[in-house]
Amino acid sequence: MIGAPDVVALARQEEEEAAAGGGAEAWREPPLPEEYSVPLAPFGGHGASPWARAGGSKFLRDFILVAEFSEQVGPQPLLTVPDDAKVPGSFDLNYFSLRIMSVDYQASFVGHPPGCAYPKLNFVEDSKVVLGDSKEGAFAYVHHLTLYDLEARGFVRPFCMAYISADEHKIMQQFQELSAEFSKASECLKTGNRKAFASELEKKLKDLDYTRSVLHGETEIQKKANDKGYYTTQAIEKANELASVEKSIIEHQDLLKQIRSYPYRKLKDSDFHPYEPECAPDQASVGSDQDLAASDLAEPGETTPYSHVPSYTPKLIKAKSAKCFDKKLKTLEELCDIYFFTQTLDQLHQIERTFRGDVCYLLTNQISRALLKQQSITNFLFEDASFLDEKAPEKHYRGCQELGQDAVERKCSEESPTPKVVVSLGSYKSSVECVPIKMEQDIDDPPEPAMTESITFEHQENLDYLDADIKGSISSGESIEVLGTEKSASGLTKSESQASLPISPSPQAGRSKVGSRRTVSEDSIEVLSTCPSEALIPEDFKASYPSAINEEPYADDEEGGLRFAPRLNPDDADEPEDGSNPENPAQVDSACCIGKESPRFLEPLPSPGPRPCDEDGVVRIPPQPYRQAEQGPCGGFAGSPHPDGVPGGLLPHELDSRYPAGGRELSRTSLDECSDSTSYISSAASTCSDRTPSPAHPPCPASERHKKKAGQNALRFIRQYPFAHPAIYSLLSGRTLIVLGEDEAIVKKLVTALSIFVPSCGVRAKPVKHWLTAPLHVVDFQRWKLVGLQRTASPAGVNVLHALSRYSRYVSILDADSKTLRCPLYRGAVVARLADHRTQIKRGSTYYMHVQSVLTQLCSKAFLFAFCHHLHLPVAESEPEEAVASRRVSFLKHHLGLANEDLKIVQYLAELLKLRYIQEPGQGANPLLRFDYVPSFLYKI
Amino acid sequence: MLRWLIGGGREPQGLAEKSSVQTIGEEQIQNPYTELLVLKGHQDIVRFLVQIDDCRFASAGDDGIIFLWNAQTGEKLFELHGHTQKITAIAPFSSSDDSEEKSNLILTASADKTVIVWDCTTGRQVQKVSCFHSTVKCLTVLQRLDVWLSGGSDLCVWNRKLDLLCKTSHLTDAGISTLVELPKNCVAAAVGKELIIFRLTASSDKSEGWNILEVKRLVDHHDNILSLVSVNDLTFVTGSHVGELIVWDAIDWTKQASECNFWESSVHPDSQTEIKLSQSPNETSVQHLTSDEECVFAAVGKGIYVYNLQMKRVIACQRTAHDSSVLHIEKLPNRQLISCSEDGSVRIWELREKQQVPAEPVPTGFFNMWGFGRANKQANQAAKKTQENTTMHFLELVGDLIGHSSAVQMFLYFGELGLVTCSADHLVILWKDGERESRLRSLTLFQKLAQNGDLQLKF
Repeated sequence: MIGAPDVVALARQEEEEAAAGGGAEAWREPPLPEEYSVPLAPFGGHGASPWARAGGSKFLRDFILVAEFSEQVGPQPLLTVPDDAKVPGSFDLNYFSLRIMSVDYQASFVGHPPGCAYPKLNFVEDSKVVLGDSKEGAFAYVHHLTLYDLEARGFVRPFCMAYISADEHKIMQQFQELSAEFSKASECLKTGNRKAFASELEKKLKDLDYTRSVLHGETEIQKKANDKGYYTTQAIEKANELASVEKSIIEHQDLLKQIRSYPYRKLKDSDFHPYEPECAPDQASVGSDQDLAASDLAEPGETTPYSHVPSYTPKLIKAKSAKCFDKKLKTLEELCDIYFFTQTLDQLHQIERTFRGDVCYLLTNQISRALLKQQSITNFLFEDASFLDEKAPEKHYRGCQELGQDAVERKCSEESPTPKVVVSLGSYKSSVECVPIKMEQDIDDPPEPAMTESITFEHQENLDYLDADIKGSISSGESIEVLGTEKSASGLTKSESQASLPISPSPQAGRSKVGSRRTVSEDSIEVLSTCPSEALIPEDFKASYPSAINEEPYADDEEGGLRFAPRLNPDDADEPEDGSNPENPAQVDSACCIGKESPRFLEPLPSPGPRPCDEDGVVRIPPQPYRQAEQGPCGGFAGSPHPDGVPGGLLPHELDSRYPAGGRELSRTSLDECSDSTSYISSAASTCSDRTPSPAHPPCPASERHKKKAGQNALRFIRQYPFAHPAIYSLLSGRTLIVLGEDEAIVKKLVTALSIFVPSCGVRAKPVKHWLTAPLHVVDFQRWKLVGLQRTASPAGVNVLHALSRYSRYVSILDADSKTLRCPLYRGAVVARLADHRTQIKRGSTYYMHVQSVLTQLCSKAFLFAFCHHLHLPVAESEPEEAVASRRVSFLKHHLGLANEDLKIVQYLAELLKLRYIQEPGQGANPLLRFDYVPSFLYKI
Repeated sequence: MLRWLIGGGREPQGLAEKSSVQTIGEEQIQNPYTELLVLKGHQDIVRFLVQIDDCRFASAGDDGIIFLWNAQTGEKLFELHGHTQKITAIAPFSSSDDSEEKSNLILTASADKTVIVWDCTTGRQVQKVSCFHSTVKCLTVLQRLDVWLSGGSDLCVWNRKLDLLCKTSHLTDAGISTLVELPKNCVAAAVGKELIIFRLTASSDKSEGWNILEVKRLVDHHDNILSLVSVNDLTFVTGSHVGELIVWDAIDWTKQASECNFWESSVHPDSQTEIKLSQSPNETSVQHLTSDEECVFAAVGKGIYVYNLQMKRVIACQRTAHDSSVLHIEKLPNRQLISCSEDGSVRIWELREKQQVPAEPVPTGFFNMWGFGRANKQANQAAKKTQENTTMHFLELVGDLIGHSSAVQMFLYFGELGLVTCSADHLVILWKDGERESRLRSLTLFQKLAQNGDLQLKF
């Protein structure tokens, strides 16, 4: 955990303090490296509360709107997430639906393209647009998608999902993430839709087949009846009807073939496979909609063919019935299969939860997550297990993935003989009055087959995107500003040209396609924001469709929460990523959003120079999403320790023990005005708090609450007990702390409070036992580092105390009843910073984060200490052990700036790191107990 | 401590304050053991520890299971099941042949009247002998003759292939309690109050066979002989339940010296009178003996006595070294002595020459600073006072190891690797030098880093 959101608030005051007292200068330290810094209140004006509501928005908080461009009634809102009328408030959903639907300029064209005999389905990519409506005070990320409906005009139904927020910057900053998340939702909808569409087509085909046979029979009868040698008008009519049915059948068969070809194309090109509808011709042709849905719910992921053949009685179709507009249109739910619809809704809810809260918090969180991923060696000590576990579920599906890949390969070889000649170009003009937007496509330069998978091609593609983006960003009307658009024009070109290539029927070719599918991006947005595949798959999808998830086995090695890893060829993966990488997505992003004329990605990465500040000391640069390109120096922390450690970006001044204190001061002052859970008295606080509902995190909302509670209790503890420092020192140095008391609730509360200081020993859970009534044994001291122990007057209780007295050398004892502490002396400085009883931090979660940041610093010191070669091994052959030992001590004292007992903390943490590192994967860590023979002292209040 | 825990300002009633046992504070600079590993596995009292080679040892006890452990890592190597009742004796039996590769065998005897030979490399049972009439209480390997002896109600001699070479007639129902090898193919067996010397002679008819003959019966002890130890080729020592310590000549089996009144030895060091004890015999029974070239160290009751063979007197003692009986003592090369006791503690002593200036009082932790520690301090001084005019040496407590919750039955000193203790609380604890372990871990760490190739810069 790197920073705290409410650390941010009152940087101004800190400056005043610094100006007032010269002593405060001691806190001024060299700035943090750019990638670690959380700029302060990025968008607040002078004197404005950073959480002040942006003017004029009529809704309480961010929400998601799903809207449709109905061919009957025009744009209409369908649903909102959260499904609560209070959230949009007086916000005009209808009006906003119109707005968001009207910016979709690249909707697909389906029908009879010129020069083609049959109607063609266009596998349109979603478009992603950011728009702002100054009148409504709303800004939205809008995700357009097209679903297929046999009964709709041109077979398509345009939909869109919009994330609406009053904070323009939030949308801009989180564009990549929003896009990734909404792509997931959209993919889910579309997958279900394809399935439903296919089965609808099959039904239709059956109907047509039946109609044809009926018509055929009638024609035959007429033929027989008619022996005059010429046809009656009736007969000609019948023949025409028959011909049109035949044509319709061919058309529908073609459509079916097209829709079935989709998953293959998709699989080939992207590493996201939410669900692969199993529409092998024999199964899907007989499956009815409901049955598919039912079987999906019953046996998710099962690919076994249906054992029973659902009966479907074909109907006679009247001619011209295909284009019937007077009936009711299908609902979204019907369009995409109830199962997928619910999945999508879940995903949307998750998006809402993920992006709840202030953008500053989101960014900080993302930065710290990204950084944490690099600190793989030290993470286990103090970070949440749940936080680190995010990737664990993925591993479960490895086996299934391989299965899935096999399936893909099979599919490739099966389907490859059918050449696809899907070409759909041109401009789309909305039926409703709208700005017609010309699609600018490079059709005169179709990529060569060999180029499709090469990296150079992608670069070129990127150029194309940008070009198109700039031209595509338009401003329509006074209230709508299209802030940034992305369209998949070029992507479309590519995908189609690719699809139009006759694919070699050899299975090897198919396989190579599979292997390299990460390198080719069909979707423009995927180039801009490559999202980790882990993040792409909703949790429930993972659970229910393990076999359908076809991920790259090595995907998680490279990806980070926010590292927009550019898609490189595997052989390019080792190339150093420098700032001038043309694929740097953040830059492309900013370029297209802000709409600058120059292609900024050609410029080198802006150097992290001094941040511009204005008078009130508020930094004006928003937190930058974590970029991989900047990873260089700090990357060393991950798994490649430099022998000397120090050069890897941790400069001596950064190691100076004083500088985090500055951060603490910051956070201290920030609380005077900021909203606080304990002091809602201040009116400013209450006004700003409604806009910032406490950010919840889908993976671990419980742990969030736990953190808050633990932080709050810890704060209370350090305020209440003057001897908090030696107690915390005991925990940090690996000496078991016993909280002794009669009242279970009090003891448990203390244990919870202190548990945030307990380093984990490598096992999953923290070594904390909240309540124990039995006498302690020596084994318990290696198992638990913090124990709540019952004190009773009974003989059993006396035994408990006897055991405690016997093992007193291994434990520190905090007596909750008499408020005394017996433990070794502490004279260091680290704990004083960690637990200052005069701290101004009032919020539990803030304090928790403060603790985490100090502990992270300790961890880095421990890491350096543990992994510095010369501190543990003799430099020269003949060097005595004493020399090495003295070098060790001097390193701790002078380089790491530790004094007295702080040494022991770092040594203990380093020992834990060592143990963890050398531990063989198969066997559990040896439960060893380390201790010191040091005298204890009794502290009283 | 306990008083503080129980709370309030009541007057001291805890055990620690009353006892006159010398205590050491929590600050133990000379105690190297700052890391411990608890080895779990046994389900009953662990009574025996035996070293197999440089880094392995076996533990055995009342659950009849033998565990083989790695002394460095604490890893459990093998779990040997075969006995149905508690183990009564255990002895390592490594081969002396140079022709074969060195095989490490151990012999175990159990109350189920069997002896099993185990192979420590494979963890397999090599052979089992179950033709005993009584429980085998002691096992001795005579490496020189490549035979082993089992002592129960009779004494049997076996060769490596587990052929019974010869046996004595039925000696007593109680059986042989201890055996010790003496020069000239002799063994001394303690049978009750008697000490019987047997001699092995090559049989006249067969080249392979041996005969065993009773040579002499020594009846100088007044009570059961509990301990029997060979000092060197010329002397061996016995100790009895009533506190008699007799030094014997190993060649002609005559009594060289005896010490029987340990409780008064300090006052009258030269007194040779063998007065029957009036004290409770438990207080004075010689539980265990060990020796180096100069001295015999005796665990007598709760105390430890150092008997100098040349001066023929006790040169140093610690009358109440532990809170209860000392079960095992061992001399370390560095003038240190380790003792373990029924009170569950292990103590490390150092034999020091008496100086003119009394040694600095041992700091006793916070009690001193807070003024609570007077009781302890007085105890310390009292303990020292008793030694003052009597001995030239004294035993200084340099550290104690507290980990077991019940009697520590035995321990095994592994030199650099540490110390292994076994106890009635079913645990085996491996005590290690934390500094050394930390260094070793660093070494392993960098080896692993080099293996993984993580030392190369990745950026």
